[in-house]
Amino acid sequence: MAAFDEIGKRARAEWEALEHSDKPRIYIGTATCGRASGALTVLEAIKSELARHDIEAIITQVGCIGLCYAEPLVDIAKPGRPRICYGSVTPEIIPQLIEDYLINDNPRPDLALGTIGDGDVEGIPKLFELPMLKPQVRIVLRNCGIIDPENINHYIAQGGYSGLVRALGMKPEEVIEEVKRSGLRGRGGAGFPTGRKWEFCRKSPGKVKYLICNADEGDPGAFMNRSLLEGDPHFVLEGMLIGAYAIGATEGYIYIRAEYPLAIERLELALRQVAEYGLVGDNILGSGFGFHIKIKQGAGAFVCGEETALMASIEGKRGMPRSRPPFPAQSGLWGKPTNINNVGTWSHVSAILQRGSNWYAGHGSEKSKGTKVFALAGKVNHTGLIEVPMGITLREIIYGIGGGPPNGKRFKAVQTGGPSGGFLSADLLNLPVGYEELTEAGSIMGSGGMIVLDEDNCIVDTARFFLTFTQAESCGKCVPCRLGTKQMLDILEDITKGKGKLEDIDLLEDLARDIVVGSLCALGGTAPNPVLSSIRYFRDEYEAHIKDKRCPALVCSELVSYYILPDKCQGCGMCLRDCPSDAISGGKRMIHVIDQSKCIKCGTCLDVCPTRFNAVVKVSGEEVAVPSKPVPVTSPKSKQ
Amino acid sequence: METNIKELLDDILTGYDGERGDLIPILQQAQERFGYLPVEVMRAIAKFLRLPESDVFGVATFYTQFKLTPVGKKIVRVCRGTACHVRGGVRILREVEKQLGIKPGETTDDLEYSLETIACFGSCALAPVVVVDKTVYGRMTTKKVAEILR
Repeated sequence: MAAFDEIGKRARAEWEALEHSDKPRIYIGTATCGRASGALTVLEAIKSELARHDIEAIITQVGCIGLCYAEPLVDIAKPGRPRICYGSVTPEIIPQLIEDYLINDNPRPDLALGTIGDGDVEGIPKLFELPMLKPQVRIVLRNCGIIDPENINHYIAQGGYSGLVRALGMKPEEVIEEVKRSGLRGRGGAGFPTGRKWEFCRKSPGKVKYLICNADEGDPGAFMNRSLLEGDPHFVLEGMLIGAYAIGATEGYIYIRAEYPLAIERLELALRQVAEYGLVGDNILGSGFGFHIKIKQGAGAFVCGEETALMASIEGKRGMPRSRPPFPAQSGLWGKPTNINNVGTWSHVSAILQRGSNWYAGHGSEKSKGTKVFALAGKVNHTGLIEVPMGITLREIIYGIGGGPPNGKRFKAVQTGGPSGGFLSADLLNLPVGYEELTEAGSIMGSGGMIVLDEDNCIVDTARFFLTFTQAESCGKCVPCRLGTKQMLDILEDITKGKGKLEDIDLLEDLARDIVVGSLCALGGTAPNPVLSSIRYFRDEYEAHIKDKRCPALVCSELVSYYILPDKCQGCGMCLRDCPSDAISGGKRMIHVIDQSKCIKCGTCLDVCPTRFNAVVKVSGEEVAVPSKPVPVTSPKSKQ
Repeated sequence: METNIKELLDDILTGYDGERGDLIPILQQAQERFGYLPVEVMRAIAKFLRLPESDVFGVATFYTQFKLTPVGKKIVRVCRGTACHVRGGVRILREVEKQLGIKPGETTDDLEYSLETIACFGSCALAPVVVVDKTVYGRMTTKKVAEILR
């Protein structure tokens, strides 16, 4: 391993030189989230402003630190000072920021989120002490947003690939024991103990064995894998190399969805870098162990996240699951023993080998060890990517880290596990996050999607949304899944249209049971979860749709009506002009009236009615008294 | 087959050994080149891989990425993921439909725009999201739709 010592030394020297440079350093988050918020135009503004003032600075593009709600994020570090992280940066503010801080030494605490690294800056808190970061434990995400993901030396300088070096110094069986001791369970969702899975594959007879990294992150509402691959791809590769050594695999595949072009680009670059450093290929670091990695792009099929379907897809076939046994560990890709873990699991493996199983098992709860990365999105103030210790409560995540729903709205439910998971109501906010706890409550840990719903979201509509997805993505092999999900969807459509019957709820539960037992793979086996859990916790909302023809959240369009309040309407003509179905009649200074038979419930009138009038209301299950035809406005003109 | 198409396809096929496992990458590259998968291209791929044509067609129709009809110069993809759904993604889709005058899966008559929905782009924290070609637009509103379609 002498070769690696030399590599490590050079990498650390490069990192130190950057950290202690006598030039100011600017770090900008340019992962997909940052780019979608305009990070690349901010980057251009920074470059042109530096050129204009003739300032020499080092610009580093980094991944996502997880504070997606505050993107684009820019950190500025002056020599000998910590990085100051600025949020929601626009190209317009850059000239001022550069002039104020880089030229005049005013760090602009009013624009700063916090500082990163040693040392203090007056008036600016430490970033990792802020409420959205303090409860987090960053093991997998520790480099995201901090290092340049396109520079392997940055990763190595943070201890990267030391886990691989350590593993190569152990016997493969000892590596498996180490992973077993850590208590790591699969982060793809099902939670199978990783070390045991490896052991099956190791013991399986056969010369050729395959190892697969599942990066086909298909759950809508989940982006943990994308962020990690964009922000720190080597963390995943190192885990794969360790796993290959432990199992005895010689070839590996990364199966990644084509919807993640930047992640693919970064992985390809990372693979070229490890090849150059001799960390992949034949005889890795002179150990005699050889391993090759290829990237395979998915082609847009959710079911390919299921391991047997994924392997069929790599083999060039339709991605349809098959029955198990034989398990992939016995007969997987091209009939050879195969081990599949997801992106998250591989990165935890790197951390465990780098820092030891005892250290790792010190985090988390008794049955669920370590940390879990969640993609926190939906109706919550601080949307983004978070990493929390297992055992933390949902409340701490949603209110502590997430800051609760925006605009003071009432929390309704949190959905975990995507289309395979369930809804959890406000009564369960004190539930600790763990595999068993979430399953008992009717949801699953899943890959890490966590979507918050507030009072304006309809549970029945959201359950219907998931069923629409799973029904469309069912591969069609098992009849209960192919036809059962369609039947469930039809019933849910009826309920959201006010055509439901009370016995439909029982029918949904019956169908759900059949689909669960009659499906080969987890897609069908878990597809009914969103419906079952929503009935379990929100039966009253189903009943309101069925009995009262009312959508309490005012979402299901066929159950809502719009009215123009005669005491508020000033006859301005805005809604009249924009109504796409000519359902509104009226004239100047005449109170406008909506013809309910013509209304298509698009909500345009509500959007365009000037806020100073606020004359349009949306109701469900009730009628509002309004004139039958336009009459002159009698109320005094409201102040403009 | 037109010589032009044949040459372009041969150019792609020379990079492969003709293994079954190459089918999806070849289809992906062919679609990248031609914009969609013309029937004669799928036939030629079947021949190259020594597979029944029905097998190639089966794979091409199984995965949503593959298109069997020409698509527009610009592809507008509206995300229909969970986070986008709870943050009003349906209304964004309706607005795009209205402005382009087409439904998902359709292409404008002048072959300028195609409209698609996608299950999730993984930019959930910025929901709702629309992607035009490879540019991701986050925090969309119905008012911003006209801007990004210009």
